[in-house]
Amino acid sequence: MEKRVTFRGWLLPLALIAPQVIISAVFFFYPAGQAVWQSLFIPDPFGLSSQFVGLGNFEFLLSDKYYRASFVTTAVFSTLVTLCSMIPALFLAVIADRLIKGSGVYRTLLIWPYAVAPAVAGVLWLFMFNTRVGVVAWYLSQLGYDWNHVLNDTEAMGLVVVASAWGRISYNFLFFFAALQSVPRSVIEAAAIDGAHFWRRFFTIVLPLLSPTAFFLLVVNVVYAFFETFGVIHTITGGGPQQATTILVYKVFSDGFVGQDLGSSSAQSVILLIVVGLLTVIQFKYVEKRVHY
Amino acid sequence: MAAQQHGMVEKRGVGIWFTHAFMILGVLIIFFPIWLAFVASTVTQADIVSPPMPVVPGDQFWVNYKAALFSGVNVPVATMLFNSLVMAIGIAVGKIIISLLSAFAIVYFKFPGRTTFFWLIFLTLMLPVEVRIVPTFEVVAGFGMLNSYYGLIFPLIASATATFLFRQFFLTIPDELAEAARVDGARPMRFFIDIVVPMSRTNIAALFVILFIYGWNQYLWPLLITTDPEMNTIVMGIKQMFPSGDDFAHWPTIMATSILAMIPPVIVVVSMQKLFVRGLVDSEK
Repeated sequence: MEKRVTFRGWLLPLALIAPQVIISAVFFFYPAGQAVWQSLFIPDPFGLSSQFVGLGNFEFLLSDKYYRASFVTTAVFSTLVTLCSMIPALFLAVIADRLIKGSGVYRTLLIWPYAVAPAVAGVLWLFMFNTRVGVVAWYLSQLGYDWNHVLNDTEAMGLVVVASAWGRISYNFLFFFAALQSVPRSVIEAAAIDGAHFWRRFFTIVLPLLSPTAFFLLVVNVVYAFFETFGVIHTITGGGPQQATTILVYKVFSDGFVGQDLGSSSAQSVILLIVVGLLTVIQFKYVEKRVHY
Repeated sequence: MAAQQHGMVEKRGVGIWFTHAFMILGVLIIFFPIWLAFVASTVTQADIVSPPMPVVPGDQFWVNYKAALFSGVNVPVATMLFNSLVMAIGIAVGKIIISLLSAFAIVYFKFPGRTTFFWLIFLTLMLPVEVRIVPTFEVVAGFGMLNSYYGLIFPLIASATATFLFRQFFLTIPDELAEAARVDGARPMRFFIDIVVPMSRTNIAALFVILFIYGWNQYLWPLLITTDPEMNTIVMGIKQMFPSGDDFAHWPTIMATSILAMIPPVIVVVSMQKLFVRGLVDSEK
């Protein structure tokens, strides 16, 4: 789409676009280029010089069992976060949609967790499950279950998943609720007159109509789980126990800043760049087209 | 009218009470972590370290919040709140200004390299800061921007989302307005300031809400570049309050800080709910 009417001149538009282009160049393109460049080298232990290794860093990474484990961890983590945030959100949205009065009040309350930063959400959930003082951990121990996410891989993963999914329930709820409100009442009524009860109407009419929203949320939530959950993991487990909750983004951080392994960290950045690129392409290409309205 | 239509389909009476009961249960579960944090911020450390802690607020509200705000652990929480406020507003305002300008240039001018610039901006969509942290850190360190507001704000400012949003909106502004402005001999910037910006104010406000939350809730970036506690933001500063080693964390202070960290974004989201929902839908689609 183009404007018919445009203004003349080229100096002014260049000046207008300059701030964004300069900031993008300095803080986006240059660092991304650096990541690609550094990924081809291995610096010596003193950081004085570096040796060109071609794709050596990538070869090493792909054969490294810790890195491959981190891929699996990320896949498990993002699948669970997506499911645990979308299903309760859909459930709540369906209930809220049935209410004529009061859904505004519930909506206002349910928005809250979205405003809570992932890192703060991490602290809140850590507090409930803390092995020494956590209320939930204490009640679990009364029931005979010895909760210890500091030592137990599965419990650690469960805790970071729930803490990450919690704030996203609000987000998904808002989108599902808006989508449900736009389902034409006449269609529902026609089905009701034909004798379809609530759940039948839900699965045959409402759910297919929600599929564009659901697919959109699926992609957005996977992106969230990949890239925005660093705060949750850093506050709750620090990637542990061992590497049980070290997702890819966390590994870039721990190898690059804690381990000071720049070549490997840059190669990981490049791999992540490719992952983000793919996800963005999927988001743009398929979200609008693939799913039927 | 809507109620009547609804009534045709939905059962009334008992059914509706069940629905409310489910909803209230859902809200209670979702709210529980926040409630517990609030309770913990109003009791003493002794109440917490001998579990189970109480589930109703105690009487230490003023004591704990005063201690957190004015002494904190490493640095007074008031300082961290101020830093977060500067960062969040800086990111929101900065992004909105540069995006308004570049979208205006792309939509209302034909100039050499326009398409190239458009795609360059588009590409930044794909580069979250988490992915390029090490080299971005080096750039910021090279500029001497560590422990500064510039360092906190600039790397997070350039984003294509806002530019696209404004571009979409500008394309819907009737051409007659630009034509009239041209006939009247108005300069482009006059048209921009008198017509385009005022017409965009709802979009600007919606975007501000989203960007404020985005900036306020940043964690990894402030963690890397603010080594000086005086420059910590509140969201990253909470983790710094946990002692290393085997000591007990001082939970009432930490929980008071957590509550303080969520108040500004919650106020923004709840008070500007309509704009917020609109901003979400606009910026993601």
